[in-house]
Amino acid sequence: MRTDDLVHAMVADLHAAQTSIGRQFALAIAIGFAISAVLFWVTLGPRPDIAAAALTIRFDLKIVETLLLAATAVALVLRLAQPGAGTGLQKIVLAAAPALLTVAVMAELLVVPTDQWQAKLVGSNSLVCLTAIPLLSLPLLAALLLALRHGAPTSRGAAGAAAGLVAGGLAAALYATQCTDDSPLFVATWYTIAIGAVTVLGAFLGRRLLRW
Amino acid sequence: MSQRDTGWADLMRAANSGDAESYERVLRRIAAALRPLVRRGLARAGRSGADIEDVVQEVLLAVHLKQHTWDSTRPIEPWVHAIARHKLVDALRRRHGNFDLPLDDFSETLAAEEESPSVSGREVERHLAQLPAGQRAVVHAVAVEGVSIAEAAERLNLTAGAVRVALHRGLASLAKTLEQD
Repeated sequence: MRTDDLVHAMVADLHAAQTSIGRQFALAIAIGFAISAVLFWVTLGPRPDIAAAALTIRFDLKIVETLLLAATAVALVLRLAQPGAGTGLQKIVLAAAPALLTVAVMAELLVVPTDQWQAKLVGSNSLVCLTAIPLLSLPLLAALLLALRHGAPTSRGAAGAAAGLVAGGLAAALYATQCTDDSPLFVATWYTIAIGAVTVLGAFLGRRLLRW
Repeated sequence: MSQRDTGWADLMRAANSGDAESYERVLRRIAAALRPLVRRGLARAGRSGADIEDVVQEVLLAVHLKQHTWDSTRPIEPWVHAIARHKLVDALRRRHGNFDLPLDDFSETLAAEEESPSVSGREVERHLAQLPAGQRAVVHAVAVEGVSIAEAAERLNLTAGAVRVALHRGLASLAKTLEQD
């Protein structure tokens, strides 16, 4: 076929601008988060003493850290969905949540006696944490991968991984409202493993599903 | 990578608000700029001359179908360039196995434009034959015979809306089968 003929067809197919990438991702996150939240509500639900917990710095920190991770990963995944968009700044900003967590861990090590470190780190919910976060992240990850298919990611693995970070971060924020292990030592260990697993899954699926 | 201002962005913005003439102009100009770029890319990969127009057409289809991934407040050239590189690497991998085009080797400007409107590619034609009959008839009528949506609708006894849908789906399936081949 002549390129000219192809151009004819494309001009005839010109229509009002499609849904923008930003809107597509906003929709994906809203729907994915709604499903995850319902899932969370019927299986675990927030801890009974959440009102009191919300007044403690350790509880608030884990919510802020997970939401910060999700927000910075959203900025990255949006850029990764658009060909030629630089991601340098977004990758630097992605370090904000890990940096905050590191500071929290150091502060915890300073204020908690050495003989309690292990108990704080091991906690009592690590298995629930490792199960709940990946499972709660699945609706979000699916919605984000669909949004990425609407986009045009030139690095499929990286785009999938960033989607995994968003999904894992939001799922972790939900789970954090149920978990009674508030120590940054617990969060830095188990949340990191759980979100890391979702990120690896995202990269794996991205490589397979995001061809265009 | 410095990019000359090609004037494509203005045309594309006009196209986005429904100006078909601007759209036609910008697609032709992008195709013309892609030719030397793809030729150099293929030559660097040791595949001189092969399939240039096929790759050009595949990039053009992607530009059309992924238009919404261009942020119209930003320059358009890096966007076209990234799509072209992605599609070229993809085409080389598909046809010649695992292949990596070093980024530097492809970071050329999109300055030169090479008009050759009558050049044909074979791949699109071949894949067109594999589309569902309805999509194939519409794409063929509009592209090759150059009829309007209204004329195609009358000829195929369809509504204009159905023709539009079939045309869009046909182009999307073409891009998909080209990519999977």
